[in-house]
Amino acid sequence: MSKAKLPAVEGWFTMSPSDDTPRPVGADPVALIGTRCTESGTYFFPPERVMSRAPGFSGSELVEVELSTRGRLWSYTDAQYQPPEPFEAPTDPYEPFCLAAVELETEQLVVLGQVVAGVGIEDLVVGMEMELVLGTLYEDEDTEYTMWKWRPVAETTAGGEA
Amino acid sequence: MSVDQVAVLGVGMHPWGKWGRNFVEYGVAAAQDALADAGIDWRDVGFVAGADTMRNGYPGYVAGATFAQALGWTGIPVTSAYGACASGAMALDAARQRILSGMCEVALVVGADTTPKGFLKPNKGERGDDPDWLRFRLLGMTNPAYFAMWARRRIDLFGASSDDFAQVKIKNARHGLNNPYARYRKEVTAEAIAASPTVSSPLRLLDICATSDGGAAVVLTSMEYARKHLSSSAGSADPLVKVAAISTVTPTFPNTILEMPNFATDSAAGISRPERGFKQAIGDSAYAQAGLGPDDVDVAEVYDLSTALELDWYEDLGFCGVGEAEKILRDGVTTLGGRLPVNLSGGLACFGEAVPAQALAQVCELTWQLRGTAKGAQAENAKVGITANQGLFGHGSSVILTR
Repeated sequence: MSKAKLPAVEGWFTMSPSDDTPRPVGADPVALIGTRCTESGTYFFPPERVMSRAPGFSGSELVEVELSTRGRLWSYTDAQYQPPEPFEAPTDPYEPFCLAAVELETEQLVVLGQVVAGVGIEDLVVGMEMELVLGTLYEDEDTEYTMWKWRPVAETTAGGEA
Repeated sequence: MSVDQVAVLGVGMHPWGKWGRNFVEYGVAAAQDALADAGIDWRDVGFVAGADTMRNGYPGYVAGATFAQALGWTGIPVTSAYGACASGAMALDAARQRILSGMCEVALVVGADTTPKGFLKPNKGERGDDPDWLRFRLLGMTNPAYFAMWARRRIDLFGASSDDFAQVKIKNARHGLNNPYARYRKEVTAEAIAASPTVSSPLRLLDICATSDGGAAVVLTSMEYARKHLSSSAGSADPLVKVAAISTVTPTFPNTILEMPNFATDSAAGISRPERGFKQAIGDSAYAQAGLGPDDVDVAEVYDLSTALELDWYEDLGFCGVGEAEKILRDGVTTLGGRLPVNLSGGLACFGEAVPAQALAQVCELTWQLRGTAKGAQAENAKVGITANQGLFGHGSSVILTR
């Protein structure tokens, strides 16, 4: 029996195919959900739903938008030791993973995320292109909790020649 | 916008360590030392401000009243401040306001903490609307991971190296060797740092500050009270040290540097970035209040949560240009005997972080530096000192002391 897939956090990212929202043809299977302040043009992630935080634009409408799914690596690190609770380690024994801060050009903001398994610190370089993918944060007996993750775009990975 | 001064009449600390006792004990010990240093009886204190600790239950959240009760209720008003690592400075600011408004003449400010072993982490419970809880749950983003992201930027932007970072630790370890309040008092070699395990690349265990138990306290008074007090009685406040500035500014939108515990920065797509970033603004506000600038500073205590972060502060506080911190470090400018010694206490490298006590510990150290009575490393003839720190959720502080 295959496990149910649930987003690890509600309303922060789209999740295909279980996501019911109609999606444009060719769209990435996962995208971060942000909001945009229509008057100032600024973006918010996680999505701000109460009021625009841009000073002077408190009356502006906030519309939900999908953020760019590609960006440039602003900085990165890894977690060599298992982070404390409420972190749920996906593997036992614990396996270190990388963390990326990626700058989105259109939105002009930096978003954090774990880097997909199998990518090490030595594979990352500030400025390289990264893309958003759907990954697993952790699983329990009957559910897989999904989460957005960053992955180097294939053409720009070190791969030995860089 | 120069602000009126108040006097630092007394300071006191409980040694940092991993004592495992109740935080109240450290706070009371520090308070009693500060009162003795000031030559003031507890019953003459007109206001208590406590810096809160999240980890010690209800008494930690109401630190002002907790310390007032422990010292013996005298009926005076209290306040408690929480601003993460800037809590102590916020409590200090509350005390300054009381004095400057004429509501009291003598105020006591106390911060103390007891910390568990390992990474700082959020309190227990399922809290899906708390970004601090969520960053551990969804990302596994510890504090050192944020420090590491910033350190990586120095490497990428300015060509900094792990050895540059190690030199900060080596310097601070030397500074703290004879400081009786420091937890770690031994020299550290570049080899030992390089051999310590990586926590979050590029930072190794010895690049990152520990978490500690400790307590610090400051007695503030009006200038008039201090002059009368000093002419009529004892106390150690000679020369008299004054608070020239307390900055507790918040970021200006859009804040485009990643801050703990956030998942993302603000966006600069609609509204352009402020000319000065958040950490620069912390120092700017302090300089403006004091009517002083970076060139006037003789000694500094800055928040070395990681070795690399100390270097960021050199630039943010205007001690050197952007990208020049490694150079002034290597030139010895910030070492004892240099033009602007930084972290003569040994900094967080020798203390470890006792969050609500830390901003006050910086004030204690600078008071001793300006008086010329530091028990460890002592700057020569320092007249102006500045502190800086930063914490979660857009908090930071800077205090300028003069004599």
